[in-house]
Amino acid sequence: MSGAGPEAHWRAALAEGRLLLQRARASGTVIFPPRLAEPGSGDIALDWIEASGLGTVHAVTVIARKPPEPPYNVVLVDLDEHVRLMSRVEGIAPDAVTIGMRVRARIGEEDGAPLLLFEPV
Amino acid sequence: MGGQFPRGAASIAGLATFGIGEMPGWSSLELAAQAGLRAVADAGMTMAEVDALFICLPDDQLAGLSFAEYLGLAPRFTDCNRTGGSAFMSHVATASIMLAAGYIDCALIAYGANQRSAGGRLATPVRSNRWEAPYHPLFPASSYALAASRHMHDYGTTRAQLAEVAMAARRWADTNPEAFARGPLTIDGVLAARMLSSPLSVKDCCLVTDGAAALLLTRTDRARGGPKAPVAILGAAAATWHNAISQMPDLTTTAAAESGPRAYAMAGLGPAEIDVVQLYDAFTINTILFLEDLGFCPKGEGGRFVEGGAIAPGGRLAVNTNGGGLSCCHPGMYGLFALVEAARQVRGEATNQIGGVEVALAHGNGGTLSSQATVILGSAATL
Repeated sequence: MSGAGPEAHWRAALAEGRLLLQRARASGTVIFPPRLAEPGSGDIALDWIEASGLGTVHAVTVIARKPPEPPYNVVLVDLDEHVRLMSRVEGIAPDAVTIGMRVRARIGEEDGAPLLLFEPV
Repeated sequence: MGGQFPRGAASIAGLATFGIGEMPGWSSLELAAQAGLRAVADAGMTMAEVDALFICLPDDQLAGLSFAEYLGLAPRFTDCNRTGGSAFMSHVATASIMLAAGYIDCALIAYGANQRSAGGRLATPVRSNRWEAPYHPLFPASSYALAASRHMHDYGTTRAQLAEVAMAARRWADTNPEAFARGPLTIDGVLAARMLSSPLSVKDCCLVTDGAAALLLTRTDRARGGPKAPVAILGAAAATWHNAISQMPDLTTTAAAESGPRAYAMAGLGPAEIDVVQLYDAFTINTILFLEDLGFCPKGEGGRFVEGGAIAPGGRLAVNTNGGGLSCCHPGMYGLFALVEAARQVRGEATNQIGGVEVALAHGNGGTLSSQATVILGSAATL
């Protein structure tokens, strides 16, 4: 382990264009957000792995804003590695995003910070 | 050994609500203190007899300390536990065990908030975490919306079924003068309301009101000497499975599926023996999820269960008889109001009194469907 904690390690990798996950060496369980130990077991033997970036929309909500501000979606995505995270699907009308839609990760930027986003496959 | 509870050892001897609706010119502490004073008087006791405080206010992390100072109390034990809107059900668990052990003699649980008068929107120190905030979900509405979207996908639940929940709450509120939102509300009216975070419209969301509530708990033998019939604490159980919605193990099953069965086991009762149900309905989807998780219908059937006015006045199950968070009041956190309404039903003094209530259930929700706590109350006949 480097000097930084797991969250800082993950964010530094994202800034380099890499989407990392952790995998517990003993159980094989993949973990997100990054942690010091496997939830439940407390196993501290974790390895960093590169995510495939592919996933499926598990849940979706569209948030209306006062016009002319456009609506936007917030989704929960299940990555193929079996972790769930919150994100936004871009490159499609916000209300066209459906549960079960296959999506691919893209690292965008917002307020000067890298941001994990998704697009339809 | 874990999971033991001193069934019936502690009882609610006093209760009060105060200032439900709009109370301009009142602070949250003043509202809570007024409810506390009234609950103590309702129990036929004096504030000097209170030796334990369980206080959670929206704008004060150390609210129990402020409350003690305000009323000049020197409690043996002060609890400012924050688990969201279910905190008050956890307070009942802690207070009951401490009373049964003789650690304390008289516990006051109080809450008050002026959030409608102070700003007209939810006042909470809670925010989305760093993994969610960059995507700008409405906190907390979008978290509940995501759960609703998945329930609709998995079980065919419809927006009209969600609207049934809002309509039932309004019909109870219509005959409760204390309720803030009264007047016609139809399924079509809910469906046509402005969408906030799909599939939830503004009419799927709880109110923003002022209001305060309080409970006075003491040992049941002592409560028997009070002016009102004791309302016994038969079971109280809490469960936490996650905090952020993205970490909820299953968006359609809450930790009420754990807190409920544990509370039932403590009480020696099951859902079929509950006469009236008070559920923390921050959003319409909550009521459906909790009816399922607490065993009133099978998983996935909640939407169909509430159809046709089934939880409205005259329906098959009396749910949120004061109008709930959707139509009675929601001053930031609702848990204590659910407990007060459940206790009033057991006493037989609720505005919308159900006939022959011996057992009532009050269920609290905290965070984003995260922190669940269930309390089962009973009349003297259940002891």
